[in-house]
Amino acid sequence: MAAELKKAIYPENATIGLPTQHRFDPYTLNGGTIVGVAGDNFAILAGDTRLSEGFMIHSRDTSKIYKLTEKTFLGTCGFQGDVLTLTRLLNARLTMYEFEHRKKMSSTAISQMLSTVLYYRRFFPYYTFNILAGIDTDGKGCIYSYDAVGNYEKHTYHASGTASSMLQPLLDNQVGYLNQEGVRRVPLTIDKARTLIKDVFISATERDMYTGDSLHIVTITSDGVTEDHFPLRRD
Amino acid sequence: MADGGQFSAAPFWQNGPSPGQFYNTPGTNLASSQLPRTYTQQPIVTGTSVLGVTFTGGVVIAADTLGSYGSLARFRDISRLLKVNEKVAIGASGDYADFQFIRDIINQKVLDGKCLNDNYCYSPVAIHTWLTRILYNRRTKINPLWNNIIVGGYDENEGSYLGYVDKLGVAYQAPTIATGYGSYIAQPLLRQSYESNNNNFTEEQALSAIERCMRVLLYRDGRSGNQYEVAIITKDGCQVTSPKPISTNWDIAEYVKYV
Repeated sequence: MAAELKKAIYPENATIGLPTQHRFDPYTLNGGTIVGVAGDNFAILAGDTRLSEGFMIHSRDTSKIYKLTEKTFLGTCGFQGDVLTLTRLLNARLTMYEFEHRKKMSSTAISQMLSTVLYYRRFFPYYTFNILAGIDTDGKGCIYSYDAVGNYEKHTYHASGTASSMLQPLLDNQVGYLNQEGVRRVPLTIDKARTLIKDVFISATERDMYTGDSLHIVTITSDGVTEDHFPLRRD
Repeated sequence: MADGGQFSAAPFWQNGPSPGQFYNTPGTNLASSQLPRTYTQQPIVTGTSVLGVTFTGGVVIAADTLGSYGSLARFRDISRLLKVNEKVAIGASGDYADFQFIRDIINQKVLDGKCLNDNYCYSPVAIHTWLTRILYNRRTKINPLWNNIIVGGYDENEGSYLGYVDKLGVAYQAPTIATGYGSYIAQPLLRQSYESNNNNFTEEQALSAIERCMRVLLYRDGRSGNQYEVAIITKDGCQVTSPKPISTNWDIAEYVKYV
């Protein structure tokens, strides 16, 4: 309405009397990369620990992997403010579920809940890119990837974040055996997956300014969870 | 008075404001209800960098005492550090009014806590997390508190704590932190001395690293002031020192020639 009035009063695009409008940007990109790989009896979730903004490195040891339950982990990158809020909200929802149902939420149920939580903010999104890793009710590893507004899909492997466009084709080739002829499709082992993830991050660190410092790897099996840290380039 | 036709003046209140409203000269400005809604879009009186360093058994944070009004050094002796309690202090760069707003709220919270007389005292994590929520909520309303805040603290159980939060709600912990211009100039210096010291400072080393950085900032940051305050938090409590002047050496200046 103000624009119409302005046009009526000042036909020649005059700006007198109206505030200049430049909007506060409520988002920033804090970089980082996460990778999830699921095997027959395991799921691995890995992410670098660099937190940056523009040309600044804020922190070299802020993990992007968050524990949701004993067998479900969330990898999340994008805007750190939303990451903190989203993980807090999820933890609250999980606690409420536990009190109401007297059991932990399953990985599959969490995967749907995360989508709902993200879509709830469809028109002012959480600017986060998520990978959920867990063990499903059959004891098999599972990986779910999400976009910022809650579109999600189940995968056996996926990369998100600033170096995702470099990592995903490599994973397609090495884990998915895509774009190869006469290849023998050997089932992925935990050791091979972990070695591959380390290599893939070492390469990403060479090319992506926002990925580096150290790698946090979480390996989830039905027997339990192991967490490792692996140093990456710090420049 | 009756209307006198086209040659007489219009009735006194014609086109005038409703009772209690201001007169609105046609074409000069619009009623405030018709204008776009305005919020803080830029800081006004600003403070520059705040530095924070952890050391064995405590934390130190420092900020100069200048409040700038654009490029004008408007207020030369204002405090940008706040002692929250014996375990926590915060320091803020960015809009000084927003810092005062936050300071008033925290002081009231601490006072409310004292009235309970249960010896409870907000921990460094509690203050940091709380600030994170406050600043994130305001950014979500597109009405941000325009600050970068450093939270420093020491807790007998949790040890040294140094955290950062900005106007968007980005928050993290780190052994050394610098905000504003200092994030470009002081943070690399602090990290270098911290890492070359085996990731371990004594209180004296932390203070001398801070002093060095404040001096470099005084030389290089056009919005910095020539005295700074320091908050030291250890197991013995939290104290904010009175402003300390920064010594400078300009001997080299006469040899600098601008061609």
